[in-house]
Amino acid sequence: MTETIFELSQAGRRAFSLPALDVPVRPLDELVPPEQRRQRPARLPEVSEVELVRHFTTLSRKDYGVDQGAYPLGSCTMKYNPKVNERVAALEGWRGLHPYEPEELVQGALRLLDELGRYLAEIAGLQRTTLQPAAGAHGELTGLLLTRAYHEAAGNRPTKVIIPDTAHGTNPASVTMAGYEVLAVQSDARGGIDVADLRAKAVPGEIACLMVTNPNTLGLFDEHIVEIAQVIHEAGGLVYYDGANANAVLGRSRPGDMGFDIVHFNTHKTFSTPHGGGGPGAGPIVVRDILEPFLPVPVIAREGEGATARYRLDYDRPLSIGKMRTFYGNFGVLVRAYAYIRGLGAQGLKRVSDAAVLNANYVMAGIRDVLEIPYERTCMHEFVASGAPLKEYGVRTLDLAKRLLDKGVHPPTIYFPLIVREALMIEPTDTEPKPTLDNLIAAFHEVVEEAKRDPQLLTEAPFTMPVRRLDEVRAARQPVLRQRFSDDEDGAASGQDGHRR
Amino acid sequence: MLAAVGVESIDDLFVDIPEGVRLRTDLSLPAPLAEGELTAEMQRLAGMNRPATQAVSFLGGGVYDHYVPAVVDALTGRSEFYTAYTPYQPERSQGMLQAIFEFQTMICELTGLDVSNASLYDGGSALAEAAFLAHAETRRQRILVSGVVHPEYRRVLATETHGVGLEIVEVQGDGGGLTDLAALRAAIDGQTAAVALQQPTFLGGLEDMETAVQLAHAAGALFIAVVDPLSLGLLKPPGEYGADVAVGDGQPLGNYLNFGGPHFGFMAVREKLLRRLPGRIVGETVDSQGTRGFVLTLQTREQHIRRERATSNICSNQALNALAALVYASWLGKEGLPALGELCAQKAAYLRQQLLTVPGVRALTQGPVWREFAVRLPLPAERVVHALAVRGYLAGIDVGRWWPDLSDVLLLAVTEKRTRAEMDAFVEELRRLLDDPAAYEARATEARHD
Repeated sequence: MTETIFELSQAGRRAFSLPALDVPVRPLDELVPPEQRRQRPARLPEVSEVELVRHFTTLSRKDYGVDQGAYPLGSCTMKYNPKVNERVAALEGWRGLHPYEPEELVQGALRLLDELGRYLAEIAGLQRTTLQPAAGAHGELTGLLLTRAYHEAAGNRPTKVIIPDTAHGTNPASVTMAGYEVLAVQSDARGGIDVADLRAKAVPGEIACLMVTNPNTLGLFDEHIVEIAQVIHEAGGLVYYDGANANAVLGRSRPGDMGFDIVHFNTHKTFSTPHGGGGPGAGPIVVRDILEPFLPVPVIAREGEGATARYRLDYDRPLSIGKMRTFYGNFGVLVRAYAYIRGLGAQGLKRVSDAAVLNANYVMAGIRDVLEIPYERTCMHEFVASGAPLKEYGVRTLDLAKRLLDKGVHPPTIYFPLIVREALMIEPTDTEPKPTLDNLIAAFHEVVEEAKRDPQLLTEAPFTMPVRRLDEVRAARQPVLRQRFSDDEDGAASGQDGHRR
Repeated sequence: MLAAVGVESIDDLFVDIPEGVRLRTDLSLPAPLAEGELTAEMQRLAGMNRPATQAVSFLGGGVYDHYVPAVVDALTGRSEFYTAYTPYQPERSQGMLQAIFEFQTMICELTGLDVSNASLYDGGSALAEAAFLAHAETRRQRILVSGVVHPEYRRVLATETHGVGLEIVEVQGDGGGLTDLAALRAAIDGQTAAVALQQPTFLGGLEDMETAVQLAHAAGALFIAVVDPLSLGLLKPPGEYGADVAVGDGQPLGNYLNFGGPHFGFMAVREKLLRRLPGRIVGETVDSQGTRGFVLTLQTREQHIRRERATSNICSNQALNALAALVYASWLGKEGLPALGELCAQKAAYLRQQLLTVPGVRALTQGPVWREFAVRLPLPAERVVHALAVRGYLAGIDVGRWWPDLSDVLLLAVTEKRTRAEMDAFVEELRRLLDDPAAYEARATEARHD
């Protein structure tokens, strides 16, 4: 157990240095009247710089990143993040830019955003991009608000959005936030959308949109995708591409060509921007030209071409849905995505998908004999296995995942998609070399062997992590969501010596 | 590997893609660059910008150029943090989970509220999430938002809530940088889900938050305070004046300007609103041996469990930015945060006083201010901004971009980085400009062409 930074605190310790006041001092009461000021200081930690550094270094060693090993979380695309992208994103010419600088001082930034938008449009096979959304889910909401604006401009008021039963949870949640109702469509026996069910549900005038992940969360490319898009278009709806799985098809097939009208990309998946332990990411969306008038402001406007092109932020767009971000998006993340694409080029991106799909099929072949594979097809960049056969030994998929931790392997995504019992969703990604994949396969074999021989090794796992199995039920039933201080009850502004130990 | 898979070529793995939609040609993208070439190209592009950090900048408007200490880079640069995923396997992610728990504690301490989530996208989207929360809690449709809340936050609020049909009603300002409380009183009724004010306001004024809270609560509405976390070393925390929800943008705490992102949004609420919080929350628990540990918790609020009935669609947080803020706030500590707040207040007061000695410059923001304030100029603010940019000054924000009738108003922020010498020189430069604008601009044009 590591003490919290608040528990480390000792009155009078400090790490900060501030410049001396070089203007004539005025009484604070004259500047900010007492009734506007806080009377008791916030109980922030008091630590020296070395304590601060050691604390967070200790915490970092209890974490696990892609730099340490494979991370085969399905639908998360935990690929290696090239170091050069970190270095170039830290250039002062990017990170020192204020969003309200005059446009003539930020031409390099606007050029980068314009070019990245055009690259993404080319990869998607569509026309215009907004880089504002902060994440995939935010891209979904943006896309659905564009959908709403599109239908409203045409005088239509459809109320429903169709979503397959394999969809990510963000899809239905975004539908609600956009003011639509969810209509679920079933999967067929091969794991794709059941086209007959879709036809029955695609009632003209009622359907605003269909949201599809392709390849889907089973790792399968929907063989009927062209027909599916046609069904929705004939019903007057738009078709939305959840790009969470775009790592499978770069340079192989384009959503726009399949019939999609709106595409989001997760730069933190497909374009290798680091996940940051949960964020920041970016969820830019690319749209068909019919949706361009509705894009959020500002749109980057370009005058001229090539080296002499000038850029400005265009707010004068009367049909725009408005603004999805305070400023222009997660710029620092977008710089990394831009660098990734420039480093790889067209053939490099295609090799990314080739490697991603080969690696996934290789791992699937390697574990086929120890776990159930419910959809026996060539997979794309990921596949879904089931831990259901282990139930006879009293072992659940959760236990299998925890035991994988002891083998030095980060477990796959578990219990998703919902239509597969005891699901394990495995995405090795394009950057893992063959020895790592072989280790991963070996770890699955060992753990399944242990399940048969000594199931307690799984049900009580992990044994080698900084903590043993954590009690998640207790966390939810008796929520403790912040540090408690010994002086909480009386509210006294005593020093920091009395933290709960 | 192909043999193990049972295919002859990579192309065989893509047979499920229908013939008609297979891409037959290469994507049209620039040729790939070797790492050295890429670095040079990125340096060239970045070199086309003039970073505010290398100018004498008075730009604020929600993004502030405070010094970022080296410990922030060193610790957020640990790849165990920045190359990790969301902590779905808590036993392998105790570092980030504990850091988020500490972050939540920090936000609760700063805001004086009971619970915080693990962070949101930014200030504008945090305000929109607060509106969704108020709508769910009160089952009312109308959000009253002060006209002196950040104009971009209000635009995001209106955009994101349009789909569900929330009615966003703006309460006008008093002309001096504050909310017109009489107008607020008149606008509140039994249909009001929440009232949102910003402290300090977008124009730098300090609101009478107690009165606004009372007005909201008397009508059964929630009160949302939009705050700058860095201000809360000095200013009264929202929990003390009765706010139910505090939201804001955390950029001022140890995050680089980055042209507006990535930063992070935050949200803290009273205990009774806990189950309506959007996004990730970390909780303390124990492992099977009784040792303390941390997990993502209360997940039945969230999209991956509750799907269309979730409190929000958000599935990420801005963990690395939140970590930067935690490291920064720990570096400043209990003494440093208020000291920095006072330093900004002293410097802003000095600049304001000096500017008001320049002929033609008048105060727009009335009453006390903290780090930011607005002045009226005898020229369009846009013209002043451009003329002074040539001299290496980022004079502030032309407020006319949002309020055409305030095109003579300049909004200035003063962080601890600005020295007296810089401020004195800036005031003199402005004096020269206002003394004879045409001549000044002609000289500036010449200088640009030299």
